Amino acid sequence: MNSDKREIAVKVSNVKKMYKLGQIGGGTLQADLQSWWAKVRGKEDPNSIIGSEERSKGDTFMALNGVDLTIYKGEAVGIIGSNGAGKSTLLKLLSRVTAPTEGEIDLYGRITSMLEVGTGFNPEMTGRENVYLNGAILGMTKAEIDAKMEQIIEFSEVREFIDTPVKRYSSGMFVKLAFSVAAHLDSEIMIMDEVLAVGDMAFQKKCLDKMRDAAKKDGRTVLYVSHNMNTIRKLCDRCIVLNKGKVIFEGAVEQAIEVYMGTSVKLEVPVNLSNTKRASEFSNLPVTINLFDLINNKKGIYNVGDKMFAKLDYKSIVNVEDAYLRVIIKALDGTSVTMTTLSKGFPIQKDKTETIEFEIDISRIVPGKYNLNFVLYQVDELGNYVNLDGVKDVFTFEILSVFGFNNNMPWTKKYWGYFYCDDLILNEHY
Amino acid sequence: MAESSNSYHIHISSEHKWFDLKLKEVWRYRDLIWLFTKRSFTVSYKQTVLGPAWLFINPIITSFIYTFVFGNIAGMGTDGIPQILFYMTGNAIWSYFASCVTSNASTFTGNAGVFGKVYFPRLTTPISNVLNSIIRLGIQMIMVLILLVYYLIKDAVSPNWWAWLLLPLVLVHLGLMGLGVGIIISSMTTKYRDLSILVGFGISLWMYATPVVYPLSQLGEGNLKTLLMINPATAPIEVFRYAILGQGTINISYLVLSVVFTVFVMLFGIMVFNKTERTFMDTV
Repeated sequence: MNSDKREIAVKVSNVKKMYKLGQIGGGTLQADLQSWWAKVRGKEDPNSIIGSEERSKGDTFMALNGVDLTIYKGEAVGIIGSNGAGKSTLLKLLSRVTAPTEGEIDLYGRITSMLEVGTGFNPEMTGRENVYLNGAILGMTKAEIDAKMEQIIEFSEVREFIDTPVKRYSSGMFVKLAFSVAAHLDSEIMIMDEVLAVGDMAFQKKCLDKMRDAAKKDGRTVLYVSHNMNTIRKLCDRCIVLNKGKVIFEGAVEQAIEVYMGTSVKLEVPVNLSNTKRASEFSNLPVTINLFDLINNKKGIYNVGDKMFAKLDYKSIVNVEDAYLRVIIKALDGTSVTMTTLSKGFPIQKDKTETIEFEIDISRIVPGKYNLNFVLYQVDELGNYVNLDGVKDVFTFEILSVFGFNNNMPWTKKYWGYFYCDDLILNEHY
Repeated sequence: MAESSNSYHIHISSEHKWFDLKLKEVWRYRDLIWLFTKRSFTVSYKQTVLGPAWLFINPIITSFIYTFVFGNIAGMGTDGIPQILFYMTGNAIWSYFASCVTSNASTFTGNAGVFGKVYFPRLTTPISNVLNSIIRLGIQMIMVLILLVYYLIKDAVSPNWWAWLLLPLVLVHLGLMGLGVGIIISSMTTKYRDLSILVGFGISLWMYATPVVYPLSQLGEGNLKTLLMINPATAPIEVFRYAILGQGTINISYLVLSVVFTVFVMLFGIMVFNKTERTFMDTV
């Protein structure tokens, strides 16, 4: 690689960030004094959580656990990772909102962080006044803002309203103006946290182009965090994958996305689901799905055209007359592929572990890896769908191509989607 | 190394340098300080009927209340100075100092939203608060001067004109003291919210321990007076009244004590403030 010849823009060495879990210090001076006084007398801390003896020493959480990174000038680098992987913490440290617990960071160049657009915008002040204020917060001098004012207004598309208080703005106008200020900074390093997920489509594209130009033409360094793989693909030329506070991959975008997808892959059956944490819409529901298993297939690998046979174990605390099962199939990047459900309900008896076996028709899904999601629900007397339990990303299965599939042409999901139809038939009428 | 040619190099480390006050960086953001000051003015009287007139009405009402309560009911003397002028002068300088303390006491908790999203030297906020207080004081001083001219014509006061040269120093001194005390409190309120409740209370107590609504002569000689003189706010306020009203004394040794206190509070305050600024977002 020729990387060592290039100039370094950001260097992160062995950075760790520790957060304390739970209430910090009891929250009040009185409680802290109480704790301190108890310690002095050798008594038990009155503010410790009961039954937490063994945890109290390890009541910390490493949001970042030894991260090393080198980013060069003019690069557009994407940072991806599942929720809680440490992406936002890393950005916070880079933008100096908070300091690392351990390690060093060197930034060569002025830095603009857009963890949020419109920080410090005051609703009572006019657009123009807010441009000055926001620009100054982001580190510009008044003279610099004066010089850029015309460009900012032009880019924001809100010229007619620039002298109106921003509280009269629509949310779209607000965001456009705010982004324009940030995009016109003279900083060498730009940090962005999914701010582009706002504004209308045309403006989003304009923003992406602007960022791309910043990296390509002006030689600026762009660090971009997003869950949207498409914007990552468009904007970045290199990608970093974070997982559990560590860098697990650094390199080409497509490979990185694959690695990131791979972190959510679950390949072992049976899958015990009794203790799996449920999403908020499925927490504290009467039924618990305990187990998922495949029938006649231990690996979850199928050929195009195969069907899947599977079963679920569940236990309920209520009797349900008509329960239904919905199976949602998603691609690894979270795109929903399809859904299938029962046409007729089945009864559930309370306090008894029961099993349902079913057949999922996956025969028309194109080759690739997919995740299974299950929802048990019932239809109440008013016709509402009421969830009984739900589990997400339970199992990853793979569909392999077979000889002759798609007439032996590789299937490109990006353009053609996840389903195939039978071959076209030419009606020979001529 | 290649990167050494770059003029901007920021080093972030887990270790904190206590004696790095980062004042150079604050200077680079001077435009921001001014914009913050302007913002608090444009915003504070939006959607009020009387608007900036409140800047005049507030001190007038307060001065009348002081005249009524302390002058008439309590019958405290004013060393022969016309009551309304005495109380208005006292109120002007004290509310300047008090607002330096109270407006800064909530720096971190009040700005957590902005501080959590973008970095700029946090010290810009307290400094702009002090500037804001100075401007408000300036507006109050207009009224004090009008009254002063009126009583000068009536020959009821005799200011010490030479001491007016000291006034800017007094203002800087009190402003820095208020800033120091304020940011120390603000650093502690990130963890202990109790303090923010105590501030309002503490400031009014401090006022009664300072010769604001009464002249120092009212106390006679003794321990109580010594105690009051040790109060670092007393000496500069005495200078202020000595200049404008020609009443009170300039006591050099207590003035030096007060300056020492200010320097200490300022340095300690900025150090604690910079330390807190690093990680307060994790605890606020």
